[in-house]
This record gives sequence, structure tokens and C-alpha cells, in this order.
Amino acid sequence: MAIELNPLEQFKIERIVPLHIGKLDVSYTNSALLMTIVVVLITALVLLGTRRASLVPGRLQSMVEMTYEFVADMIDSNVGREARDYVPFVFTLFTFILLANLLGLVPYSFTVTSHIIVTFALAAVVFIGVTIIGIARHGFHFLSFFVPHGVPLPLLVVLVPIEVLSYFIRPFTLSIRLFANMLAGHTMLAILGGFAASIGLLAIFPLAINTAMFALELLVAVLQAYVFAILTCLYLRDAIHLH
Amino acid sequence: MSDSDKPDPLARLGRELDRAQAARAPRPEAGRGDAGNLQRGMGLGFRIGLEFVVAIVVATGLGWAIDQWVGTRPWVTIVMFFLGVGAGMVNVYRAVTGLGMAVGYRHAGGKPVATDDWDDEA
Repeated sequence: MAIELNPLEQFKIERIVPLHIGKLDVSYTNSALLMTIVVVLITALVLLGTRRASLVPGRLQSMVEMTYEFVADMIDSNVGREARDYVPFVFTLFTFILLANLLGLVPYSFTVTSHIIVTFALAAVVFIGVTIIGIARHGFHFLSFFVPHGVPLPLLVVLVPIEVLSYFIRPFTLSIRLFANMLAGHTMLAILGGFAASIGLLAIFPLAINTAMFALELLVAVLQAYVFAILTCLYLRDAIHLH
Repeated sequence: MSDSDKPDPLARLGRELDRAQAARAPRPEAGRGDAGNLQRGMGLGFRIGLEFVVAIVVATGLGWAIDQWVGTRPWVTIVMFFLGVGAGMVNVYRAVTGLGMAVGYRHAGGKPVATDDWDDEA
């Protein structure tokens, strides 16, 4: 019996419905399928949870409400009440990443967030959106963001490029953090699993470690969604308050 | 049906909720032991390393791309490399000192930033 021992096999993108527009490959892939499932699942949960809203919430309703309040509190404490307009955006980001991470842990499924192009797209949306919000709120004053206070002119020549650079690096750190965590965790799970599959009876030991690792991965999945959301809040705060 | 003598079910619910919440004593933050500390420390270390490396890689890559485009190899790459090191250090400094991710050296006004509760106090 041949056992698939390639730990990177799980990240392979497969075309489910091949589709080409001109030279563009827009096939419906397993990655797109998982994203569709995530979006449908979130929409269904929220709709079902708020359909018969009662004062004393049931299980589903309180789940939805707690998630919403969690995000709203995150915005309140990190950005301020005036940023309530952005709760839907952060809520969408948070739930999408959370469910994508968690569904990725289901055996035989696919981890959308282990592909850098997906996390980078999310981070780029945050980055561009936050920059537009900053410019819309402050106009050209937004550029003062890059000029540190009380620094002599000659030093500014060095400091302003560094500030600009560290601003433009944000989407990269944001996306690489999520992608690297998911990629590393899932690869490790697969390596340990492959190890267990190949050594017969002794497999009980790597299996035990794998079980512990799986618990850790659950934590990482939730934590990384939280980190992504809270960093989005911090960037929003920078754009809204400037300093 | 008068509201005055019949206790309002909502008020009663509110009172009961208050009582239940008061009864739930504020749990002392149980020390999560070495495993928790290790996990937090690893998280912090990973984050710091990432900040530094990504800054240098992105800056140098950008410099290289500009060089290719303008044809000034290798000068922009060299300058951007050092700028990247600087930006990386600034990012690491901010991440460690808890100045948040704010660009600019001014403290963000108002409340202290509640940012790093997933990896601070390592």
C-alpha cells in the first residue's frame, strides 16, 4: 500500500471546474471552493442566528452576538467609538479568516490561508483601505504621518524614508505572519502524520504528539485570526487619529 | 394589568443576571505554567524576527526592482538595503516597547494601546 508521504501535497491547488477567459486562468479550484464554503457558512450562521432575535438569546444567537460584540469591543478599545462604522469590515475579516483557518484543520479539506496570495490579498485590501480612509479624513495632512516630531532637518532626510518604508512594509508583515503560521503548522501535522503512517505499531508516539499539535494548531488558528483583526484595528487607529 | 405591583420580568432578569455575574468571582489569572510562557515567548520571538527580516527583504527587493527599471545597478539596492535595516530596527523597537505599530515617534494620544496581550509579559 503506497502511503502519500509528501507533507506539501495538501497545499496543492486543483482545478475543479477549468475556466479560461482569454489567457486568464479563472478556474474554480479547491481553494475557491473552500472560500465559498466559508462565506456561505458565515452568512448562514449570522442569518440563522439573528432570524428570530429574542431578548434571551438561544445558542446560535448568543454565538453570533458574542462574536459581534467581541469585534465591536476590539474596535472600541483600540480605535475609539467614532470608528464604529468599520465594525462590519473588521467583523467580516475576522470571521472569514477564523473560519478559513478552522475549516482548514478538518481532515481532507484545504487551508485557504496557507497560500500567501490569499493572505496578501486580504492584507492589501486592509492597507489600501486604511490609506484611503486616512487621506479622506485628513487630506494632505496625512503625509505628516511620516514626519517624526521634533527632529532636526538633516536627520529627517534619513528618518522620513525609513518611516515611509516601514509603512509600506505593513501589508507584507501582516500577510506573511498569517501565511507562515498556517503553512508551518499544517506541514508539521502532515510530517508527523506521515511518520506515524510509516512505522507500524510504534506509531502511537507520533500520533500522541500529533494530537497535542492539533490542539496547538486550533489555538494558532484562532489566535492568528485575532492578531490579523487587531492589527487592522491598530492601522485604522493610525489612519483616523494620525497621532 | 398594572405595571406597578407586578414585578417587571425584565427588571427581574436584570437583577438575576447581576447576581449571577457577582457570584462568579473574578478568577485570579491562573499561571498557565511553563508551557504558556514558552508559547508566548515563541510567539514574541517569531513576531520580532519576522518584523526585522521582512523589512530588509522587502526594502532590498524594492531597491533591486528600481535598479532594474532605472538601470542604476547596484546603487539603489545598496541604499535601500540600509534603509530596510533601519526600518526593521524601528519596527522591532516599536513592537518591543509597545509603542504599537504607530508610524512616527509620538505616542498615540489617549488610552494606552492594548495591543500586545497575546504575547507580552513573556
